[in-house]
Amino acid sequence: MSGSTGSPTTGRAAAAGGVTPETLKDYYAQMVLIRSFELRASEMYQRAKIGGYCHLNLGEEATVVGLMAALRPSDYLFTTYRDHGYALSRGLGAGRIMAELFGKATGVSGGRGGSMHLFDQKARMLGGYGIVGGQIPPATGAALALTYRGGPGPEAEAVMCLMGDGTTNIGAFHESLNLAALWHLPIVYVIINNQLGMGTPVEKAAAEPELYKRGCSYRMPGVRVHGGDVMAVREAAAAALDLARTQRQPSILEAMSYRLRGHSVVDPAKYRSQEDTQQARDEDPVPAFRAQLIESGVLDDDSATAIEADAERQVAAAVAFADESPDPEVADLFVHAYATPVAGTPHRLPGDPVISVPADDPGDVPDEGGRS
Amino acid sequence: MSEMTYREALRSTLRREMQRDDSVVLLGEEIGVFEGSYKITSGLLAEFGETRVRDTPIAEEGFIGAGIGMAMLGMRPVVEVMTINFTLLAIDQIVNHAAKIYAMFGGQVAVPMVIRTPGGGGQQLAATHSQNLEVWYAHVPGLKVVAPSNPADAKALLTASIRDDDPVLFLENLALYNTKGEVPDGEQVGEIGKAAVAKPGTDVTVVSYSRATLIALEVARQFEKQGVSVEVVDLRSLRPLDRETVCASVRKTSRAVVLEDDWLTYGVGAELAATIQEGAFDYLDAPVRRVAAAEIPLPYAKPLENAALPTADDLTKVINEVLDATRFTG
Repeated sequence: MSGSTGSPTTGRAAAAGGVTPETLKDYYAQMVLIRSFELRASEMYQRAKIGGYCHLNLGEEATVVGLMAALRPSDYLFTTYRDHGYALSRGLGAGRIMAELFGKATGVSGGRGGSMHLFDQKARMLGGYGIVGGQIPPATGAALALTYRGGPGPEAEAVMCLMGDGTTNIGAFHESLNLAALWHLPIVYVIINNQLGMGTPVEKAAAEPELYKRGCSYRMPGVRVHGGDVMAVREAAAAALDLARTQRQPSILEAMSYRLRGHSVVDPAKYRSQEDTQQARDEDPVPAFRAQLIESGVLDDDSATAIEADAERQVAAAVAFADESPDPEVADLFVHAYATPVAGTPHRLPGDPVISVPADDPGDVPDEGGRS
Repeated sequence: MSEMTYREALRSTLRREMQRDDSVVLLGEEIGVFEGSYKITSGLLAEFGETRVRDTPIAEEGFIGAGIGMAMLGMRPVVEVMTINFTLLAIDQIVNHAAKIYAMFGGQVAVPMVIRTPGGGGQQLAATHSQNLEVWYAHVPGLKVVAPSNPADAKALLTASIRDDDPVLFLENLALYNTKGEVPDGEQVGEIGKAAVAKPGTDVTVVSYSRATLIALEVARQFEKQGVSVEVVDLRSLRPLDRETVCASVRKTSRAVVLEDDWLTYGVGAELAATIQEGAFDYLDAPVRRVAAAEIPLPYAKPLENAALPTADDLTKVINEVLDATRFTG
């Protein structure tokens, strides 16, 4: 990849080369698990088991699985609030993720974060972030920290920082890209371009709507990939991560994706045309990948159905685990208030006194007017 | 003990902590080649090199946020922000990220970073460069805010802040950098969240922090000559706030005045007055009074700037009013 931009790639061809049937089945299983999980999460939201905001990866499954397939366990991931699928593919476990959505003590963030804030230090998934673009400066700093650990090379660690299309208009994006390019940081900025902010189209929000080009001010290469093609996403992400590892060249990867539902579970997406919605359904990556695998003989209808049934079982078990898990104890409200506890840290509930009055309180002693 | 300036106390502490721990890295605008806008980092680039003393572009949100990410991976960044006014460009990173990451993700990773920044007016820098916004940060759980008033505390609290596992906003003041004081030799690790009785007294308590403490001490010395014993409590930390030391002092003196460089409404003094009425209500002989900055974007012209900022004369006048109100006779 040279120059400021690469050309868009579509990579069905990549699926043919050097990938085992087991790997392809695994990718399909992951995509189906995400699909099942998200549909169930939507249902659980309607049943008020899940509170707050809830953003789904429906339609984004191929992008999620392709990106996570390229990311090594030694790499770090920072992502957005649309994070359930990434957590699943990063191996956080459907039960612990659903438990977090339910606000349970067994959740990946102990019930402190909810849907938008999935985190697992051991898996090096350093957050879902609820503030648009908030993850970009810390992800950039994580990449800076890696430069103190060792030099570039094929085994070096790298950072992947995900964001949506709307995020590329935020100042933090541009400040961070400048730092990453200036300091040669091992990071890949992945833009999941589902073509809508909440309801605002990219063309109405970005003066350069070909988002992979937005690094040109920082001499940062960019590539656009078809986000509905899991193998193309994987190959493009692996190439970008390789640049980060071996040359400490940060880059942009833009995955053209599609949101099958509204911005969040409560958004009916009335701003979308009938044609738009129909096209999305026609290009739904999950049935498309299924058909592709059956056509190429990797799966048949029975084995595909078995994978789907297994995903349903996993999600049902996750819901049961979340349901049965305890709520966090109110007594533990302040347990993570500070990493270094110090005197005077207030652990008060609303209405508690701010300070205790000593027993030798003078009480109703009349004011003497001049206690000198 | 050695006598040194506040600036030298900060510089030598940074140097000492960088020698002690490789994970301590400095980031900031003009801290390396230029040696810092206020020369706090003088000589450190030459000693430690540009990876440990890293000049940043003018991108507060970017480099403060980068400090957060470094801290999440186990480093101890010390970020210099040229003045507290510029932290506003990064307030999302400070309030929504540095302050939240440890708690919101269930205590999995801490953010051991320090943001060093001077606040305050009095240098004719006009409205945008003369503010005391520390109370904005002191309002936020997850942050710690320290504000030492003298070189010894600057050393002890900067050491503690660097070694602390939470994000600490370390408030400095342009008017303090050249002030001198005795500083204990050797390693000094202060306790964040502990106020100091900077001068013991029995008749009236003055509570202050940072630069204002110097004014309070000067006023206390003047009153001493007139037979009035003023106790000066130096908060040193705004969050956590040492309510016990403040209330213990007021229970002794029965009179309290807060001297603060920030604006009065919703300021540090408001929190202290509420604390004192709850923790020492029956001991008070007069309402708690506050001496704070006039509520106006600070003007450039010297007479106007002088009028707007709290001075020794303002504090003296208010202490006298409190003494008169309680028919203090000495």
